[in-house]
Amino acid sequence: MSAKKIVEPVIKGQFTYKDLPIAAMIPVPATSLEYKTGVWRTRQPKIDYGKCIKCLLCWVFCPDAAIKRLEDDSVNVDYEYCKGCGVCETVCPVKAISMEEV
Amino acid sequence: MVLIEIRWHGRGGQGVVTGSNLLARASIIEGNYAQHFPEFGPERAGAPVRSYTRISDEPIDIHCGIYEPDIVVIIDPVMSKTPEDYAYGLKKGGDLVLNLSPDNSEKVAKWARENGYRLHVVDARKISLEETGGREIYNVPMLSALLRVKKLASLETLEKVLAERFSGKVLEMNLKLSRRCYEEVKTIVG
Amino acid sequence: MARQAQERIAIMGDEAIALAVKQSNVDVIAAYPITPQTIIVERLSEYVANGELDAAFIQAESEHSALSICVGASLAGARVFTSTASQGLALMHEIVYATSSMRVPMVMAIANRSLNAPLNIHCEHGDVMPERDSGWVHLFATNVQEAYDLTFIAFKLSEHPDVQLPVSVNLDAFILTHSVEPLTPISDEDASKFLPPRQPLYSIDFDSPATFGTMALPDTYMEFKYQLKEAAEKAGQVYPEVAGEYARISGRRYWYFNSYMADDADAVVLVLGSTYGTLKVAARRLREGGLKVGVVGLTMFRPFPEKQLVELLKNAKSLIVMDRAYSYGGLGGPLYMEVLAMLYRNGLRIPVMNVVYGLGGRDFRLDEAEAVLKIALDGARRGRFDEHVRWWGVRA
Repeated sequence: MSAKKIVEPVIKGQFTYKDLPIAAMIPVPATSLEYKTGVWRTRQPKIDYGKCIKCLLCWVFCPDAAIKRLEDDSVNVDYEYCKGCGVCETVCPVKAISMEEV
Repeated sequence: MVLIEIRWHGRGGQGVVTGSNLLARASIIEGNYAQHFPEFGPERAGAPVRSYTRISDEPIDIHCGIYEPDIVVIIDPVMSKTPEDYAYGLKKGGDLVLNLSPDNSEKVAKWARENGYRLHVVDARKISLEETGGREIYNVPMLSALLRVKKLASLETLEKVLAERFSGKVLEMNLKLSRRCYEEVKTIVG
Repeated sequence: MARQAQERIAIMGDEAIALAVKQSNVDVIAAYPITPQTIIVERLSEYVANGELDAAFIQAESEHSALSICVGASLAGARVFTSTASQGLALMHEIVYATSSMRVPMVMAIANRSLNAPLNIHCEHGDVMPERDSGWVHLFATNVQEAYDLTFIAFKLSEHPDVQLPVSVNLDAFILTHSVEPLTPISDEDASKFLPPRQPLYSIDFDSPATFGTMALPDTYMEFKYQLKEAAEKAGQVYPEVAGEYARISGRRYWYFNSYMADDADAVVLVLGSTYGTLKVAARRLREGGLKVGVVGLTMFRPFPEKQLVELLKNAKSLIVMDRAYSYGGLGGPLYMEVLAMLYRNGLRIPVMNVVYGLGGRDFRLDEAEAVLKIALDGARRGRFDEHVRWWGVRA
């Protein structure tokens, strides 16, 4: 059973008790991928690559793993899942991240 | 259907429950239907306790206490001196098996005769003191006496059941005691 | 100790349960001792210690923990057993609901004993009744042989793919737990055939991670509970198939209830547990005198065998329901209330009376069984009873 198949009917509200996994168990890992929590955001981080020193603190501290680490240790934001909490802005030692209105 | 109901009396710690338990086991081994159940209360050493056995040639469905027994067995020598306190409900013509010296059973025999009971006695206390060098073991000896007078199971079956339950010195002692009591039990009132 | 099949042995109720559990090849036993089920877990711990049973025996620090351990072990795919009574079951209460709602197969023997206070160690069904609505399957034994047989049936039913629910096997405190009775065991080979190693539908697997016991919010919660309702009812539907399979290896056939001459009886008495046997003997005596009485002892209390009971009782002219438990402030005992509802919604308008008896182990004698049957007959003749509930023998 794929995560999408489990999650989608619930999100859409189109299911009966038979469509749900037994006893509220979640039979596959990573079903949270199907929940695009990015829509919760009211503010979003913007990275100033001119200031970024590639310390990766934002990548460590992001509670939703929405900071993506690239090959060269630079980072970008996965806006599908970023909830806009602003932790990255707070931990950035060089003020390279700023939270902006959506 | 023949149903024999037996009520056991003794004191907490004397093995009344084990006596009744072993009787049911011996009886079932011989192909009968039997049921043993204890009456548990606050378990205090020395307090009077009861246990029950039913034996039948057919399956036993009933699950309640025994109020009108066919047989009453009293394994304690002091309680055996006043069986009128424990034989309540015993059927007319029923059997009493007491831990009492045959030489000292006149008073009890008179009472048994008057009430229409059959009386069987064995001095299990004396036998136990002699054979064990001072210990008082009554349950298995009294069971053995009961088997002899009522032919509820053979001595061989009892010995088999004892061997399942006990081992070593305890088994030896119980075997010795049960053989002597089997021989020495006397029917005073037939 | 490989025993020959069909050989009759002498065994205590608690020991019989332990023997059945051993022959069921359980993997994990977690328990906390409480009178009068202690002998069950004592024997099982001996079996494990002696190497006769290859299982993990875990003595927990409380019943709450014992059942929690069982839940985890069952989710890991193990065949699991526990046992308790009275306060022990009350302490498990929270996990009892988690077990059924998480659809965790296991078997628990309950040595039905009264609940505090006053302190009492004797027989009453008041300990299991608070678990009535949990989704567990509740089976009741009327003698030692049934306690043994129902343990196998319980495992099979519990693990049935359409059921996946925990099952309790109830046996009366002392009256059955500490009684020695004859038992015809099944052979180890037959036991293994009837209960091959468990094939869990889902289990904890590091290569294929899953989450168990999650939260469900109002948008899905009722659907999960509806699954439980369906599974509990399904347990009733597959029960005859499971019991039938057991009958083929044991020669002993189990049904939703035991009944003695209830089909054509004018007056029927319905009961749970060992009192069925005493009532049966009393009914046999009255039948010899031409009195048309019958007795029913419910084997399956949950799920409630409504259809089969209605079919059995449809021609009865009166009914007495006996409860060894009570709903204080309610309409009567739990079995009585259930039966009243069943009769009403099936259009059976027969007079019904509730006899509440034997609380805290008070003996229910053969002459009392006869008296209850005669009261039932009187109700059948007059078409009514004079009271709804009678506390039998109480000095009121």
